[in-house]
Amino acid sequence: MNLLELIEKEQMRADIPAFKPGDTVKVHVRIIEGQKERIQVFEGVVIRKRGGNNRASFTVRKISRGVGVERTFPLHSPVIDKIDIVTKGKVRRSRLYYLRGLKGKKARIKELGRR
Amino acid sequence: MEMGLIGKKLGMTQIFWEDGAAIPVTVIETGPCFVIQKKTKKTDGYDAVQLGFGRRKEKKATKPLKGHFKKADKGYFQFIREFRTDTPDDYEVGQELKADIFGVGDRVDVIGTTKGKGFAGVIKRHGFHGGRATHGSMFHRAPGSIGASAYPSRVFKGTKLPGHMGNQRKTVQNLTIVGVRADRNLILVKGAVPGARNGIVLIKNAVKSMLTREN
Repeated sequence: MNLLELIEKEQMRADIPAFKPGDTVKVHVRIIEGQKERIQVFEGVVIRKRGGNNRASFTVRKISRGVGVERTFPLHSPVIDKIDIVTKGKVRRSRLYYLRGLKGKKARIKELGRR
Repeated sequence: MEMGLIGKKLGMTQIFWEDGAAIPVTVIETGPCFVIQKKTKKTDGYDAVQLGFGRRKEKKATKPLKGHFKKADKGYFQFIREFRTDTPDDYEVGQELKADIFGVGDRVDVIGTTKGKGFAGVIKRHGFHGGRATHGSMFHRAPGSIGASAYPSRVFKGTKLPGHMGNQRKTVQNLTIVGVRADRNLILVKGAVPGARNGIVLIKNAVKSMLTREN
């Protein structure tokens, strides 16, 4: 194998579940405040996944008090405690930037597998 | 201990630190390097160790080189470089040097040949700002005035002008080693090093660092 890839592969985490753009996820983020460590949950829709190996990242969008908030995490970052998949969404594109222009009922995503 | 290694730049990637910071690293394949010759003040006028790196086919080696490589008896090498050291007697001819002569946290200087840019203008080569592109501007990427007229009646030496850029030997000082994989002879250096992928680089203990390991 390519030696550069080897370095990247050993950085990758095996415990990250498979999810796709359109899925609603809960990202448990470790936050260190001084000596204390706590977990903060960021729940929203995955609107983008990009990059490969240990350089991969994903962006989660949620509406917080009426304001759209997006956060991009490195997929294999040690800061992420765990990722829970809440729902699997049915979408037809890989980058859901169109959600930024929508709100309320229009910004909903159909669930996969339920009719 | 002052010592160095010859290596091949494999490329850049990133690694994570515990706190989640993504550190840009350059991966360098450093060996195996073999000691070909020891140079001492007595015989050569200075103290150094000569290392060989990279395989060379036997038929590609000239007769004088073959004789030189024969002393170490470790095959034929593509690259031969010397590293100054005060204690060449610490090393044996034919000894293999691996990535683990450096440790995590060591500071090193990395020498490489920068990518050639060809004949470059002043904007690329010296960072000039250039002029306006549109609205009737007739001054785009030209260097502008290069001096006064009657006095000095010449262009001063060292004036920044277009010319060949890159393909030069450059040293990046004081880079931190963030990882060593002795089994595969890889060294991970924080930050960028000169040259293209697969280019030859030299790694030495940092000249200016207080943190350099002292043995």
